[in-house]
Formats: sequence, C-alpha cells, structure tokens
Amino acid sequence: MKLAFSPADEAFRQEVRAFVRERLPADIKRKVELGLRLEHADYVTWFRILESRGWLTPGWPVEHGGPGWSHLQRYIFDEETLLGGAPRIIASGIQMLGPVLIAFGTPEQKATYLPDIRASRTWWAQGFSEPGAGSDLASLRTSAVLEPDGRHFVVNGHKVWTSYAQWCSMMFALVRTDPNAAKPQEGISFLLIDMHSPGLTLRPIRMLEGGADLNEVFLDNVRVPVENLVGELNKGWSYGKYLLGHERTGIAGIGSCKQQLARARALAAQQGLADDPLLRARFAQFEVELMALEFTALRLLSAGQRSAVPQVEASMLKVRGTELRQAIYASLLEIAGPQALPFSAEAQFLETEDLPAPRELGTLAANCLDACKLSIYGGSNEVQRNLIAQAVLAA
Amino acid sequence: MDFSLDDDHLALRDAVRRFCAAEFPAHERGNAETPELEAQRHAACAELGLLGLPFDTEFGGSGQGPVEAMLVATELGRALAGIGWLANAVLAGPLLAEAGTPAQCSRWLPALARGERRLAFACHEPEARYTLTDVQTRARRDGDGWILDGRKSLVLGGDSADALVVVARTAGERRERDGLTLFLVDADAPGLGRQPFGLLDGRRAAHLGLAGVRVAADALVGTPGAALPFVEAAVDRAEAALCAEAAGALDALLALTLEHLRTRRQFGAPLARFQVLQHRVADIAIALEQVRSMACAAALALQSDVPAERQRLVSAAKALVARLGRECGLVAIQLHGAMGVTDECRAGHYAKRLIAIGQLFGDAAFHLARFDREAVAA
Repeated sequence: MKLAFSPADEAFRQEVRAFVRERLPADIKRKVELGLRLEHADYVTWFRILESRGWLTPGWPVEHGGPGWSHLQRYIFDEETLLGGAPRIIASGIQMLGPVLIAFGTPEQKATYLPDIRASRTWWAQGFSEPGAGSDLASLRTSAVLEPDGRHFVVNGHKVWTSYAQWCSMMFALVRTDPNAAKPQEGISFLLIDMHSPGLTLRPIRMLEGGADLNEVFLDNVRVPVENLVGELNKGWSYGKYLLGHERTGIAGIGSCKQQLARARALAAQQGLADDPLLRARFAQFEVELMALEFTALRLLSAGQRSAVPQVEASMLKVRGTELRQAIYASLLEIAGPQALPFSAEAQFLETEDLPAPRELGTLAANCLDACKLSIYGGSNEVQRNLIAQAVLAA
Repeated sequence: MDFSLDDDHLALRDAVRRFCAAEFPAHERGNAETPELEAQRHAACAELGLLGLPFDTEFGGSGQGPVEAMLVATELGRALAGIGWLANAVLAGPLLAEAGTPAQCSRWLPALARGERRLAFACHEPEARYTLTDVQTRARRDGDGWILDGRKSLVLGGDSADALVVVARTAGERRERDGLTLFLVDADAPGLGRQPFGLLDGRRAAHLGLAGVRVAADALVGTPGAALPFVEAAVDRAEAALCAEAAGALDALLALTLEHLRTRRQFGAPLARFQVLQHRVADIAIALEQVRSMACAAALALQSDVPAERQRLVSAAKALVARLGRECGLVAIQLHGAMGVTDECRAGHYAKRLIAIGQLFGDAAFHLARFDREAVAA
C-alpha cells in the first residue's frame, strides 16, 4: 500500500496537464471556468484537438482508436482535463454508443459509425427515457414493429430528456419489440435511428436555469432499416445496462468537484471572506470529503477488476460525488451573497457586456440550479441507493 | 403566548387568498411579468387596499400592523406575487411614514396607497454585501440643497420607481453608525443613472449611479446623520415580510410536491408509496411549521420598542428561513425528478423564490452573526 502515484503515472499527469495548457483554446477555457454556455462548435473544436492526439476515446479498445490507458490513467486524464478548464466529453456517441457498438455491433455498423464519432462528424442522441419511464426505465413504451417484408421497423413513441438532440444527426434508442414478453426488461431492442427520418420531430425543453439543451423526441411511424438493429432482437435491455455502466464510471465528477472548490475559494477571497472561520471550516470539510471520494475511487480502480468499477461501487461514487458537488454549488451561491441574485439568460454568453453582477458571479445561480440534475440523471440517487441497499442486504 | 388569528385577520387572509387565486393563475406563477401585466396587478393590489395597509387613514391607508403584513405576505408568497407590494408597502412607504415630514407623507403616501406612484429604497452598495452602515455614497451641502455622489445596488423596484429613498453619508467614514442621511431623489433627476435587471425569482430591481445629483432642501428625510435606526427598522420589516412570504411559498411548494408524489407512477405504484420519498416530504412539512413559527416571531418582534430585541428575533427567523427555504426548494425539485428542472414545472419557480429570499437583505451567515451579537449582549 502507498498513497502516491507511480512516477510513470505522475509523468502521464504532467503530459496531460501540459497538453491542456498548450492546446485548449483560451475562449473555451474561459467559458468553462465561468460556468458559461458552450456551443456545439466549442465542443467540436476541443474534441478534434483531443482526437489529433488520439485521446478522444479513452474508453475504446486500442484496435478501435483508444489510447490503451489503464483505469488509473483514464482517471488522471479526466481530472487533469477538467482542472485545466477543458469541456467534459459529453458526446454520448463517444461515451455510450461507441463501447456498445464495439461490443455488440456488426462489422458494418462499426465501420459505418465509429469513424464519424471519432471525427466528431456525427453526434448521437440518447433515446432512453420516456414521459412514463424515468427511473423505471424498463416500463418504456415506444414500439418498433417489423414490417411484413422484414426490411424495416416502424417506430412510434415519445422520448424525453434527450440531451443536445438539436446537435445530433443520429439517435440510439431503446424500443419495445415484444409487447407480450414475460418481464418488462424483456422484449426491448436497441435501434439506431436517423434523426432526419420523416415522422421524427424535436421539441426543446426550456430549463429552469434558462437553457434548452434537453429535448423531447416524437416518433410518428418512423421507418428504420433492419440493419440498424444492434445485437439481437429483444436483447436491448442488456446492451442498455452495459452502456449505463459506462455512463456511471465518470459520474462521480471528482475533477469537477475540485474545479468548483477552487472556484469557491477564489470567489471567497475576492469577496473578502477568505478568513471567515465558518467558511474555512466548510472548505476544509469539503476537502476531506473530496479526499475520501477520490481515495475510494482510486482504491476501486486499482483493485484490478476488468470492468472499470462494479455497479454497486459506481452507485456509491455517483451518490457521494453528485451530492458533494451540489453542496459546493450551494456554497458558491452563499459566497456570492446578494450578487448571486441578478439573473439573466444573457449572462450565459461571454460576449454580453454591462451585466448587473460581476462576470464571475452572474452565472452561479444558474449553475447551482443546473446542478440539481446531477442527482436526477443517470439513475436518480434514490434508485442508486436502492441498488446499494439491495446489494448490501443480500450479502 | 397567543398565536391565534381574530376574525378580521381571517377575513384579510381570505380576501388576499381569493385575490391571488384570481390574479395569479397557478400554472403561471413565477413567470416573468410584462410591464403591462405588472402594472395591472399593482393597480389591483391598490384596489384591494394592500398598498396602503400600513399607512394611517389620513394618508389613505388602513393603519394595519405587522401581523396583518405577515398575513398578506404569506398569501402573496404562496402565489409568487407581490413584487411591487414589498418595495412600496413594506420598505419605502413605512420608512417615509416613520422618518419623513408631514409634507413628504402627504405628498407620497396617498399616491403610494392608490398605486399611482411608486418609491424604492436604496440602502445597499456594491461593496457592502449586507452591511447597512457600509455606505460610501456621499451627500454634501450645496446652498440650501444637497449634492449626492455614489452607487447603490440591488434596489428592489428601483426600475419602476418615481423616486428613490437613498441612504447617503453626510458625515463619518465607511461602517460608522453615525452620519447616515436619507434623501428623496426623483427618478428623472439629472445625474441619476439606473441599470434595471431581473432577479433570480423574477423580482425587478436596479443599480443606481449618482453623479453630482442635486436635490433641494425638502428632499431631506429626517435629521441629517441620524438615519441608521430608521434604515435598520425598514430592513427588518422587509426581512419579516420575506420570512412570511417564504412560509406561503413553502406551503404551496409542499402541496405541489405532494400532488406530484400522489399522481406520478413508477415501478407500478405512485411515488407516494416509496418510503424514502415520504421521509423527504415529511422533512419539508416539519420545515414548513418551523418557518411559519419564525415568521410569526419576526412579525411580533417588529412591535418591540427595543431595537436589539427586534433584531435578535428577526435574525433568528431569517437565519432559519434562509437555510430551510433553499434546502426544501432543492429537495422539492429532486422529488419532481427531471420535471423539476424544467421551466414549465412550478416547483423550480418556488425554489428560485426561496433561494432569493434567503439571500436578499441578509443571508443565513449574516443573520447568525447578528443574532450571536445580540444574544450575547442580551
């Protein structure tokens, strides 16, 4: 046992840090640090910079363009890029679909879709949740019926909470192909749907903090070629679970926690609160919690499991990581005091001048409200705690 | 001890509740108001007598006290209403009634009560956070009038006021208790700049810049250098009203959340069947009772003749309301799931109001510190 990273891992950390410092465009870095809105072009710019170094798809196997990093290296990469002010890799094609296609897709599907994901030419939407199927995802009702000639599915239904669908040209979706299956998890298939198909429409959802990056997707007799079925018919649930496992591993957001805590300390100093004893005690508490979270993540990663982190431990990291981040955001709001109150959608843009609150304070309330979703998406924290409880009670 | 309401109280409460139900449709509460809609609602507030509530009858008011103001604020908070009411009938109006000359009162209070004119109270400054004595805006004599220079921030209703009651320093240095003076400054006075903006909870406000603003002798409110007790009392009235608003808002938010838990089904059952969610609404229900109690305490404290006693209780109330309001607001969003983070769902609008209430005039940390000082001194 020892707490320090190996010299090789430290060298890797320095390499990532230097790369971010040299290559991350200054305007993107500034937007990230101020909690401003990032445009599609910002993400594409940064993703292509990462891809030029072969670093965009750390979770993919080497033969498909992954860098071949250890879990610990991936962890260091996530942390250093976030701390350096880089955008998160939010593209669900990279984080979610890629690993599923690599594991379960046909050679044609891999050849057709993976290169465009790596080149940031195609953005993929995730079509999982439905109005009646949130935490209880298995109750989804969007149907796909195979036409008599066996060449197309006809899809009807309503997906919701689809992130960045306005930037996406393709969607991977869970659809019900056998309504008579014995259990709700059975009879679900995993389909790839062209977002430009006739019968598919989008409606942006206006969010509490002013953004509109989530969408509803309506599917009205959308025809999908049968080649777009991933894996076996009616086995989609297991592919979805595989995918959500990949979503969960980074969800503790340790790099984000560190980034926001640094932001809080800087703002406290700027507001003349650097020596406030209550605030100092709270910062110290955050540091301790963050340390416990980080050592837990590292301990789990170094245990050498083949999958990144087992389900139950991933749930634990998600619960603590998201709730810690929310607590830090709430502190940020308090530190800003009355200056957190002026609120306008324009404060989200770097170009806006004459804001009613200083630039670095004007987005805090929006960021804090936006952080509410951390404990809701990716399986709500209530569902995560149920999973943990079931596991420990069954032991 | 007596927390009971008499028949007049109940009649007032019910009248305001009916008014809010008619003027503020449930699914629109918290939405930004157009200036026309805001003006229409302000006029309706006047019609109901809410804008003259605290003024003497000779000034067109009904001479009601803090308990009545609390009842009104609770009902307005329930409907996410009352933006102009707080600025005029709680902050600037009663301040002028207390500190102003008979001529100033005659000129302004009846017009405020009728909703025809508006005032706003400019007590904060950009570098002062919540400290009311931290005033850098200066007023110097100029013949028989005064010239004001400085900046005021976050003036509630300052965007639409016809005149502003401005706290300026006529003597002393930053944070000195003596030397503060109140002035009535016309909104169109040369040298006065206004930057209007919206707050997190949809309230309207403005920052003010005063560059050589000249006012006449009759703009002076009260005795030069002796304004602080009036300023502190006015802000405490606003804080007590905000605590009452929070009680109404939290009550409405709890009702919304319960309705969601009863109707939303997941895993084959209404969410209300899940014990982990039951416990979280139980915590909101407990918080609501605490907030209601402390809103009463703050209202009754306003009747105290001893400023330190008033400040101790108002600070205790606001420290609690600021913390519980935000916590409950965020928990209610969580209980609404993804719907809770949309603009369409009302839960988030109530959360925004509760967060804003917690950070207006004084946040939990500010009030805990003031409570601590007063409690130790007592």
